[in-house]
Amino acid sequence: MLEGQIEQPFDVGSIEMAQQKGSELVMQPSLSIQTQNVGRIYKLHGPKKKDDAKEVIALKNVNLEVHHGELFGLLGPNGAGKTTLIKVLATLLLPTSGTASVTGYDVVKDVKQIRRAISMVSGGETSGYGLLTVEENLWMFARFYGLDTDTARRRIEMMLDVVGLTDRQRSKISDLSTGLRQKMNFVRGFISDPNVVFLDEPTLGLDVGAAREVRGFVKDWMREHPDRTILLTTHYMAEADELCDRVAIIDQGQVLACDTPENLKKRLRHEPIFTLKVGPLGPKPSHDGRIEAVPGVRQVRVDDVDGHVTLNLTLAAEDALSNVLAHISGRGSKLISLEKNEPTLEDVFVDMVGRSLTVDTSQHGGGQDE
Amino acid sequence: MSLAERLMDSSLMRRNNALRSFTVAAWLGWQIESNWADPFLFAIYSIARPVASVMILVVMYSVITNGALDQPIFAYVYLGNALYILVGQVITGVSWVVIDDREHYRVAKQLFTMPMNHALYLLGRGVARLLIGTISLIIVVGFGMIVYKIPISAATIDWPVFLASMALGITTLAALGLILGALTMMMARHFWVLGEAVAGALYLFCGAIFPLETLPAWLRVVGFAFPVTYWLEVTRRALLGPDAVGFPTLVWLSDKQLLLILVGSALLMVIGSMSFYRWAVYRAKDKGILDMETSY
Repeated sequence: MLEGQIEQPFDVGSIEMAQQKGSELVMQPSLSIQTQNVGRIYKLHGPKKKDDAKEVIALKNVNLEVHHGELFGLLGPNGAGKTTLIKVLATLLLPTSGTASVTGYDVVKDVKQIRRAISMVSGGETSGYGLLTVEENLWMFARFYGLDTDTARRRIEMMLDVVGLTDRQRSKISDLSTGLRQKMNFVRGFISDPNVVFLDEPTLGLDVGAAREVRGFVKDWMREHPDRTILLTTHYMAEADELCDRVAIIDQGQVLACDTPENLKKRLRHEPIFTLKVGPLGPKPSHDGRIEAVPGVRQVRVDDVDGHVTLNLTLAAEDALSNVLAHISGRGSKLISLEKNEPTLEDVFVDMVGRSLTVDTSQHGGGQDE
Repeated sequence: MSLAERLMDSSLMRRNNALRSFTVAAWLGWQIESNWADPFLFAIYSIARPVASVMILVVMYSVITNGALDQPIFAYVYLGNALYILVGQVITGVSWVVIDDREHYRVAKQLFTMPMNHALYLLGRGVARLLIGTISLIIVVGFGMIVYKIPISAATIDWPVFLASMALGITTLAALGLILGALTMMMARHFWVLGEAVAGALYLFCGAIFPLETLPAWLRVVGFAFPVTYWLEVTRRALLGPDAVGFPTLVWLSDKQLLLILVGSALLMVIGSMSFYRWAVYRAKDKGILDMETSY
C-alpha cells in the first residue's frame, strides 16, 4: 500500500449479506464496489433555452456487488450506460437515485477517500499535457497522488518497460501516436498502485498487438495484486470472456444478468448454435418470410460479408436446421459452409436483448457519453 | 534531482494535499506558460507586449493633454494601467485553466478522479501567469521611471503598505479568478474569454486610468463595490509617496482605511470563492458536465 493511500476500511473476510439500513447502504466487508438501486437521469436541453428538457434514463435500479480481488466486466453496447456507471463510481457524476460505495466509502459523501483509492483509464484517451515528456507527465500525476520522486521514477521506468514505451520516455506527448498516448495513459492509471481501477473500454482504438499487450498487462497486474479490483467496461465480448471473473450484461441502463462468463454461456448450451455461410439471400422478404420466422429458430444474426451472408443461428433443437436449410434454398441461395458453435457471450447478449452488441442504443436511453 | 523535485519531495508537501496540489500545479503552469520554442522570443514577447500596450495609453494621454507628462495625474494613469496588468493575468490565469484542462489537454476526468485539492490546483496553475504579469509590471514601471520620469524611488516607497496591499490584492484577484473558474466549469467552451471579459469590463470602473470621481455617480457605485479599486489606490499611494496627493481619488480614506477595506474584501472574496467553487463542482457533477468536452 502506498503512502497517502487509505487502508482498506474492512478486513477482507467473511461474506455477509448486504443490509439496507434505512436509506444507508451497509457495505459487506468482502465487497470492493457495491451499488444499490442506482439510477441516473440526464436532462438534455434543446438548442433553445425555452425548449423543455428531455429526460434520458442512463441507469435504472442498478444493483451490483463486486468483490475484492475480482476483475469484473460490464458488457453492453454503446449507450448502454456503462460509462455512466463508472463515472458515478469514480465520483465524477452524482447518481439521481440509489446509493453506491467504493472500498466502503459512499460515492457522494466520501469523495476524498474514494479518490485516494481509485484510478480511471478510458480507452481512446489521448489526453495529456502534450508539451511535457512521457516521463514528466507520469511524474506529475504520481506527485498528485503523493508519491515521492524516487518511487515515482522507479515505477515509471518499470511500467514503461512493461508496455514497451521505454524508448519514448523522453518524447513529448505531442510527438506520440494515438496508440502510444493510450499506452501512456494506461501506465498513468496504474502508477499510483490503486486499490480499484476503472477501465473504460481500455482497448478501444488500439491495434490487435497493442490490445493484446494491454490485456496481458491487466491479467498480470491482477495476478500480482490479488486483493485489488478492476471494473472493466467493454463491448468486445472476447475481451470480457478472456479477462473477467464475472460479467454483468447491461443494456439501456439496466443490468440484465450477472454471473461468470462460463455460467452465462451455460444458459444457452442446451440450445444448438450454428454458423452458416450462404450465398446472397436475394431481396428482403416480408416479415413472415424471414429466417426469424422459420419454426425452431430462436435467434439469428445476419452479416453480409464480401458477397456472401453469414447467419449465426440459435435453434430450439438441432432438427430445426433442416427447416433453415429449406428456407435458404427457397430463397434461391446455396449453403457454402456450416459450423456448429459453442455459445459466446455475444450469443448470450443476443439471447437476452434480441439484438447484437454492435447496435448503438444511446438513442433509447443509455449513457449519453458513450 | 532538480530543485523543483527536491522541494516537492519535502515531507510537508507529501503530507499536505492542498500544498502538494498547489505546488505541482504551479510547476505545471510554468512548464506550459514558458513553453516557447525560443526563449529569446519569449523574453522579447514578455517585454515588448506590456511596453507596447502602455505606450498606446501614453500616446493617447499625450494627445489629450498636449504632452503634460509631468503632471501627477500622468503617474496616476501610468501606474494604474501598469498594475492592471496583474488583474488580467491573475483572473484569466486561474479561470482559463478550467477550459485549458477540459478542452485542450482533455484531462478533466483524470484530475477529478485524483486525490488532489482542485481549487488549490487552479490557483497553483495561475502562479505562472502571476509571475509573468509581475515581470511585465516591473518592466513597465521601470520603463516609466526611466523614460517618463515617474517619481518612484526605493527610499520613498511605503514598503509595509505596498507589500500588504500587493498580498491582499493578489489574494482578492485569485479568489475572483476562482469564482470565474467555477462559473466556467458549468459553461461551454466559448466562455474561455470570461476572465478577460470581466477584467476588460472592470477596467473602466476601478480607477485604473481615470479617477472614479470623473464617472457619473451611478457608475461610481460599480467601482466602489470592486475591491481592485481600493487595491490600485493604496498601491499607487505606497509607490508614489508624497506625489500621490496630486490626484484626487478616494481622498476621504486614509492608507490604513484602504488596507482595512482590502483585508475585509479579501476575506470575503476568499470565503465566497471557496463556497461558490464547491457549489459549482456539486452542480457540475449533478448535471454530468464536470468532465464535459464540448469540442467547440
